[in-house]
Amino acid sequence: MDSGDTAFVLISAALVMFMIPGLALFYGGMVRAKNVLATVMQSFFCMGLVSVLWVLAAYSLAFSPGNKFIGGLDWLGFAGVGQEPNPDLSATIPAIAYAVFQLFFAAITPALITGAFAERMKFSAFALFTTLWLFLVYVPLAHWVWAPGGWLRDLGALDFAGGTVVHMNSGFAALAAAIVIGKRRGFLKEAIVPHNLTLTILGAGILWFGWFGFNAGSALAANGLAAQAFIATNTATGAAVLGWCLTDYLHRRKTTTLGAASGAVAGLVAITPAAGYVGPMGSMAIGLAAGIVCSWAVGLKYKAGYDDALDVVGVHAVGGMLGALLIGVFADTAFNEAGADGLLAGGGLTLLGKQAVAVVATLAFSFLLSFGILKLVDLVVGLRVTDDDELSGLDISQHEEVGYAFSEGVGSAAHVPTGAAPPERAPSTVRVPQGDLG
Amino acid sequence: MKLVVAVIKPFKLEEVKAALEGVGVQGLTVTDARGFGRQRGHTEVYRGAEYQVELLPKTRVEVLADDDAVEDVVKAIVDGARTGSIGDGKVWVLNVEQTLRIRTGEMGGDAL
Repeated sequence: MDSGDTAFVLISAALVMFMIPGLALFYGGMVRAKNVLATVMQSFFCMGLVSVLWVLAAYSLAFSPGNKFIGGLDWLGFAGVGQEPNPDLSATIPAIAYAVFQLFFAAITPALITGAFAERMKFSAFALFTTLWLFLVYVPLAHWVWAPGGWLRDLGALDFAGGTVVHMNSGFAALAAAIVIGKRRGFLKEAIVPHNLTLTILGAGILWFGWFGFNAGSALAANGLAAQAFIATNTATGAAVLGWCLTDYLHRRKTTTLGAASGAVAGLVAITPAAGYVGPMGSMAIGLAAGIVCSWAVGLKYKAGYDDALDVVGVHAVGGMLGALLIGVFADTAFNEAGADGLLAGGGLTLLGKQAVAVVATLAFSFLLSFGILKLVDLVVGLRVTDDDELSGLDISQHEEVGYAFSEGVGSAAHVPTGAAPPERAPSTVRVPQGDLG
Repeated sequence: MKLVVAVIKPFKLEEVKAALEGVGVQGLTVTDARGFGRQRGHTEVYRGAEYQVELLPKTRVEVLADDDAVEDVVKAIVDGARTGSIGDGKVWVLNVEQTLRIRTGEMGGDAL
């Protein structure tokens, strides 16, 4: 047990948790004002839901000893997940610290998917989908990649901080979601534009900050490798901002704030699997490539005809694949002996081949299973809100709230649980449940 | 009694207000508005997708004026609002049948 490592991993866990409200703002600013609360709610609710499901059963199924494909049931309710280290997972920190660090990875991943079906999914469908998806898609994939005996881990594919499990996984689930739920009303006909990019760029900044916990924390120790992953993360992100801004500039001779924010996230996504295996210059190349490639990839939806509302596919699926494959080019054991040598470090094509296997396996598994789960949820509760509810916005139709209440004097209190008598004459437009009061 | 209505560029409001005060106007009503004329709209670009935004933000100014002051009021608005480029807006004048100050009940020109 190492107190420095333990402190670092616990703080890193909290940093990853903070990415989720950051993501909520990143997404919330990009939707129309009538959907801002429903959008931030989906991310925030994932924190609550996964926090419970993880302790109950998801952690056990992902990380306790099992077979190549799924864990066992020995750690239900965190039974046996104690203060002593589990050497199979992390030798120098409490088993429970590793479990809670992993919890927030599991919580942010379904939150990432929500960008694809933003502005049109029923809240009940979202909650059911997230629950099923966590157990049927996230948990097995986490086991394949991170658990001792998982088949992708044994294959020797490298994924430092979750490019496979978190980003490619959410990205291909997002593609399935955009296809199954269908386009938003008015897509490609009306100007559906972001309502507050100030929120979006603030959210991107919070994501950048929290990502140091995600990537450097994945060293699971307060050591040189953590610092190596930290600088790789930051360098890639900076380069990706420049890459996206450059693409914007060449396109219309203007840079955009949404491009800068998107570039940052694309860079963070792409460097995630590579952060602990590449040096600063390798990370710069990966980031620059991510900024340029993802800014092109977000346009694919217009050609292919699916409405991935907030570009989860273009940023997370494409950025995740790019990062996973470029490990095969830039990985260098000079930076991490536990890694492998990629093409430029003289390792030949072996690593690139293994990375390609991981990409294809993730793509197929995540897309197909997510597609099936979404069809099932559609049968059980229906995925989409009604046309009327979509037009009036999800904030009012799903949550009976509005994000921005600028007006005074728009109505009267209809049912305020003070115990006082209701107003004698209520306007006819509001319902006063007389029997409930007093 | 006339009602002078103007739709102007929002950032010219301060100059219009100053010009109106210069000709003795003591009150006006301002509303945020959206609209288009010959200026049409502008282009917005989000992640490479271009949108034509046709309704631009404008400011609507309403001033009540005695008949003999209308010419000065209109000239003040035009002087304050003009940039010379497209989209400067419009001014129009309507007849007013009655005016009344709510606090005192004064009517007609006394209500201004």
